[in-house]
Amino acid sequence: MIQAIAFYIFALVVLLSGAMTIASRNPVHSVLWLILAFFNAAGLMVLVGAEFIAMLLVIVYVGAVAVLFLFVVMMLDIDFASLRAGFVRYFGIGLVLAVALVAEILIGVFAWDAGGIELSRRAAPVDAGVPNITAVGYLLYTRYLFIFEAAGFVLLVAMIGAIVLTHRERSGSRYQNIARQVARRPQDATRNVRPEIGQGVQL
Amino acid sequence: MTDFFETSVGLPYGWAWFLATIIGILVIALPLMLAVAMIIYADRKIWAAMALRRGPNVVGPFGLLQSFADGLKVFLQETIVPTAANKGLFLLAPIITFTVALIVWAVVPFQPEVVLADINVGLLYVLAASSLGVYGIILAGWSSNSKYPFFSAIRAAAQMVSYEVAIGFVLISIVMWAGTFNLTGIVEAQKGLYGFINGFAFNPLLFPMSIVFLISSLAETQRAPFDLTEAESELVAGYQTEYSSMSFALYWLGEYANVILMCTLNATLFWGGYLPPLDWAPLYAVPGIIWLFAKILFFFFVFSWIKATVPRYRYDQLMRLGWKVFLPLSLFWVFLVSGVLMFMRVGI
Repeated sequence: MIQAIAFYIFALVVLLSGAMTIASRNPVHSVLWLILAFFNAAGLMVLVGAEFIAMLLVIVYVGAVAVLFLFVVMMLDIDFASLRAGFVRYFGIGLVLAVALVAEILIGVFAWDAGGIELSRRAAPVDAGVPNITAVGYLLYTRYLFIFEAAGFVLLVAMIGAIVLTHRERSGSRYQNIARQVARRPQDATRNVRPEIGQGVQL
Repeated sequence: MTDFFETSVGLPYGWAWFLATIIGILVIALPLMLAVAMIIYADRKIWAAMALRRGPNVVGPFGLLQSFADGLKVFLQETIVPTAANKGLFLLAPIITFTVALIVWAVVPFQPEVVLADINVGLLYVLAASSLGVYGIILAGWSSNSKYPFFSAIRAAAQMVSYEVAIGFVLISIVMWAGTFNLTGIVEAQKGLYGFINGFAFNPLLFPMSIVFLISSLAETQRAPFDLTEAESELVAGYQTEYSSMSFALYWLGEYANVILMCTLNATLFWGGYLPPLDWAPLYAVPGIIWLFAKILFFFFVFSWIKATVPRYRYDQLMRLGWKVFLPLSLFWVFLVSGVLMFMRVGI
């Protein structure tokens, strides 16, 4: 009973906030609706017993990715009029993409219902007693180790690529020497003098 | 308590569980509010003592009721919403900060078996909830539609995201050593180190990480010396500049609830939580919650001590410490700890 109520609340909020992400006029509000959608999706994950995935969703998407989105959207000076202007031009292609996505989901569901998929080939469900961190960790680091590490390398290459593409050496930059700043002592930087009246200090 | 409502009162399981959880939340949240009020008083007293001042000493005996007087004052003030502000978000932001500061307490073990939600991803839940904390500040900064709060919000976001990375790696080392994400499990894993002492911090391999975690937790709660988000010499009051009355008080409460939480995490993850410091039978006669509170108070004193004595960092120094010192160090420590564990427990 409580699970059912929780499911409908989470699902409803995910759908509504997903719709509001697209519909709201202010991009900052869009990002906030998106965060709400992520958060409630995490709630749905908890309900199906995937608490590890739920926490990762919150930590990675809500805690890091959405913060960066919000950062960028808040800093950019977005011209709303030019964003609205493209609506008619892109409406057709958007519609085609939407229809294609719905069709793919329907094909997937019907193919599953039609049978013929060997059930033993499916990923084995985890024992109820095994926490899903243990189960995921065990699979990732044994059976899918190479794929997992390859995924890590892809991300590393993407990161290095982004840095190489955007980094440029500016001429005339001056850098701080942290070690020198730390090693600086009062007696090297200051001088205690007692000038005579009317004499002043030699700098 | 669910059992009590189910068997003695005769409620169905769902309702019994619901009532028990609500009561559990109240039992944690209400004393926490009182603790926040008293810890603000303690903070001001410690700070005053270190500056050779008297601190609050007028309201009530020894000034003990000062926080309540302040609370009454802000409660009676008018809530001012700037005309240029984004009203909904402006009022939502302090609520987010305050709520996030409260929800993490669900997984904190106060004694063996005394924890509101004994979930097996407890530590991840702590990370997830604390990563939400930044939204209260970003939203406050943006929705105020004012320059100082906005600068402060950007600083806060960058600062909290940077130090969360280091905190994440420190927690990974702890989790590997304890072999579980469950906070009760982590506390139990600290029992009887070398046969007589309780706490990961006494392990020379994990001790440096306890220092990294302590400093990162200062940065994560925006306490001095990392309080650049409300650096009054540059940013007036930072993200709180436009806030008044209860909305300001919610930030105040949330900030101190977060500070107490970080003290609790330091105590729980590195110094044995509810376990006594020595693994010696007579010490277990003292209830675990007393040991936990003693450790929390000790860490709070350390926080206040640092606030009273250390000058504020420059922003570039703060970023350097996070990204160039703590991140490589804690990442290296993850490799070191996992290597030692492979050698000790698995064998090569």
